[in-house]
Amino acid sequence: MKRELPRMITLVTGVFLALQYYVPHRSSAHMYETLMDWLIVVGIFAILLGIAGLVRQHLTKIQSRRENWPYSVALLTGLFGMVILGFWGQGLGSPFVTAYFTLLNPVQATMFAMLAFYIASAAYRAFRARTLLATILLLSAVLVMLGRVPLGELVWPPFSLGSLEIPGIAQISDWLINVPNLAAKRAIYVGLGLGGSATALKVVLGIEAPHLRG
Amino acid sequence: MARSDSRHERRVRRAYPAALTLTACLLTALPAGALIAPVPHVEAYDRPNDPGETIVVAWELSPDDRTPPPGDADAVTVLSYRVLRAESPTDTLTEVGSALPGKTLYRDSEVRDNVAYYYQIQTVGTDSSLASSAWAGPVRSSGQWFDTNKAVLLAFMLLFCGAVLVLIHQARAGRELFIRPIPGLSAVDEAIGRATEMGRPILFVPGLGTSGDVATLAAYTMLGRVAHRTAEYQTGVRVPCYDPMVMTIAQDVVKSSYLDAGYPDMYREEDVFFVTQDQFSYVAAVNGLMIRERPATNFYIGKFYAESLILAETGNFAGSIQIAGTDEIVQIPFFVAACDYTLIGEELYAASAYLSREPPLLGTLKGQDWGKAAVMILIILGTVAATLGWRGFIDFFATQ
Amino acid sequence: MRWYEHLLNLDRRVLYALIFIAVLIPSLLPIGLPINISPEVENVFGRIDALEAGEIVLFPLEYDPSTAAELEPMAMAMLRHAFQKDLRVLACCLSPTGVTLVEDEIARVAAEYDREYGVDYVYLGYQPYPAIVIMTMGENFRTPFPLDYYGTALDDLPMMHGVRNYDDVALVFTVNATSGIDFWIIYGQGRYKFPLGLGSAAVMATNYYQYVQSGQLFGIISGLRGAAEYEILIDTEDPVAGRGMDVQSIAHALIVLFIVMGNITYFVDRRRRQQQEA
Repeated sequence: MKRELPRMITLVTGVFLALQYYVPHRSSAHMYETLMDWLIVVGIFAILLGIAGLVRQHLTKIQSRRENWPYSVALLTGLFGMVILGFWGQGLGSPFVTAYFTLLNPVQATMFAMLAFYIASAAYRAFRARTLLATILLLSAVLVMLGRVPLGELVWPPFSLGSLEIPGIAQISDWLINVPNLAAKRAIYVGLGLGGSATALKVVLGIEAPHLRG
Repeated sequence: MARSDSRHERRVRRAYPAALTLTACLLTALPAGALIAPVPHVEAYDRPNDPGETIVVAWELSPDDRTPPPGDADAVTVLSYRVLRAESPTDTLTEVGSALPGKTLYRDSEVRDNVAYYYQIQTVGTDSSLASSAWAGPVRSSGQWFDTNKAVLLAFMLLFCGAVLVLIHQARAGRELFIRPIPGLSAVDEAIGRATEMGRPILFVPGLGTSGDVATLAAYTMLGRVAHRTAEYQTGVRVPCYDPMVMTIAQDVVKSSYLDAGYPDMYREEDVFFVTQDQFSYVAAVNGLMIRERPATNFYIGKFYAESLILAETGNFAGSIQIAGTDEIVQIPFFVAACDYTLIGEELYAASAYLSREPPLLGTLKGQDWGKAAVMILIILGTVAATLGWRGFIDFFATQ
Repeated sequence: MRWYEHLLNLDRRVLYALIFIAVLIPSLLPIGLPINISPEVENVFGRIDALEAGEIVLFPLEYDPSTAAELEPMAMAMLRHAFQKDLRVLACCLSPTGVTLVEDEIARVAAEYDREYGVDYVYLGYQPYPAIVIMTMGENFRTPFPLDYYGTALDDLPMMHGVRNYDDVALVFTVNATSGIDFWIIYGQGRYKFPLGLGSAAVMATNYYQYVQSGQLFGIISGLRGAAEYEILIDTEDPVAGRGMDVQSIAHALIVLFIVMGNITYFVDRRRRQQQEA
């Protein structure tokens, strides 16, 4: 019963939600919204579970003075500190919002900015013309990178060769993005859609239940 | 328009032409140019394919709905349309909404189902004059039990599910089904073996998705496989989780995999842990883990966003062999550039079938292939139809 | 060690240092490279420019500090254009970590144009589950947002009198770097058929050109480049994105140089190995 009951719940809920998409009636929408409300409630308790596990793990680390335990102190200070600040108000100028703009905001922006450096190192290491396909990838990357910035348009604008109009790098870049790139993405989307539907079907019918292995 | 039921309502409907004629006489009796022109035609109907309690009022524009002609800035034009409603022809009309010039539609969502309503559009001129249209109604709203716009979608879904079930049945009956080699999946065991030889742990990142995401379900399957192997090889696995619900399920997956492998004592709860639900804080934590513990093998399986390259480059810097798989198309190029193996698109969903070779799972994979073949045929037919101008074929598949 | 072996094994911190210099110098010494306006951005500009004074535009601004560097200039340019045209702005943020950021931006731009809260602009704030919010806003904004961000009932705000749902706004333009873009297209435009435009990070915008082709989006502004073009069109006094384009140009050129260098060293090394084997 321990395995059958969850599978039954999965089957009934999965079939209901699949069919609910085609039923616009208010009672169907109401049941869907009720399920979503329950999802929020379960999610909140799951967050509590996660935070409890996190706090317990780091308290244990602090108590037993394991390696890098001061960072656990910093983590718990940040966690509880922001909660406490939140009780003092949340409008512009409040301590909570000040902490948001002075701590979280710059750190998140910095992490995202690291991508620029990592792209450089990844490009240097990975964009090698080892094979024909790798060469095509490399050339496309170079054309799109230069075509999207003013410097590229300055270096290679559209020009005429007799009666022949040669597109500039910006036009070539746009074509690469709007035609072959988009075509490949659409094909992958079709595969993802069918794969996702098949995976959901497997889970709903109980053919595969990775989430029920416990 | 909805049909009237009561005798009273039928009498009132017969009176409409007389009322309209009288109104028209009154309007034409007044000096020309002093009044705004009413809308010539109004209709009201229950909004189709909706949950109910909505009536759509549609009208043709008033002839005075225009920009003033040059040299006649004082010409009277439409300022707005007022939507008036009553529950019977003898009730006083009340305004329920308004629309700007140029608009020909109003959705009234403040109605009750199965109650008869009547509507009128009152045109308001720039000189504050008013002109009323004929009445429309009675009309009743109701909810529909089937969205006819999605009929084609339902048909395709049923056909696809049917094909998958047939192929599962065939696979169970012993039919041989071929799957092409997928390098990323073939390398899983080798990558785990490498970690064992080097005496370093394995890092499994299940992505930033929730348990409702298909990519996360695929991650559970892969995690089960990886955990089983790591238990057999007596190697540790670390699973930092972004979502608490994913963490609870991942803990169960790892625990049961260790149990299946015969090493239940190897499981430690702190190996599968919640980090944070903030994207870049999560990335910072996982990066720190990679730099400190130098895992031999990194798995990135699930939903990833902008952090994908940060994770993969840090893993590369730490000297890990990396296998990635995500259904976020935008992130796939970053994984391709920075990881040793990448599962592209639905290869991620094929992981369970590929690794286990169970007939039902292989049958599902084949069903996907048949689905794709059907889509390809439809695309070719659609391209031919569009080229030849056969709108019927294209419109059949259009969703409203 | 030969020169190409040094380059093949180049410490990545050298690359990082070069990128840092390439970003720092044009930030401090702007070059002023000319920016051409693309048809996509011109299309979006024209669409908003054609609106009449007093019309309402809905701006869902859904991003957080990590993507603000790319999207904030875009959002501010859109807001400035709206206020220049005397349009009324209704805004919300369905990203929980961006709600305060967006509030600050709207307040700053509104102050530039002397706009009054509740009369010229309203900020709805945040509600969870964007798909449900988008769907219910189609019936009435008051369903997911009975109160605005500051706790005032929408019916008490002069601007919201007679404004019920998407039918009462001229268009919706979302500046978005979340998966919520798909919700706006599917549950918003797909269901309620309002004009929908999109401003997004460059890496994400490529996914959505297909919706412009199908007519589900009336236009896209892509990344910092798109924001720079829009700033030129509205003739802003503070072209933040425009300054960023100089930096982006140099950085892109440097990465291309890295790629070329990497390939030269790769081919030289490969040739040497082939000669050795021969």
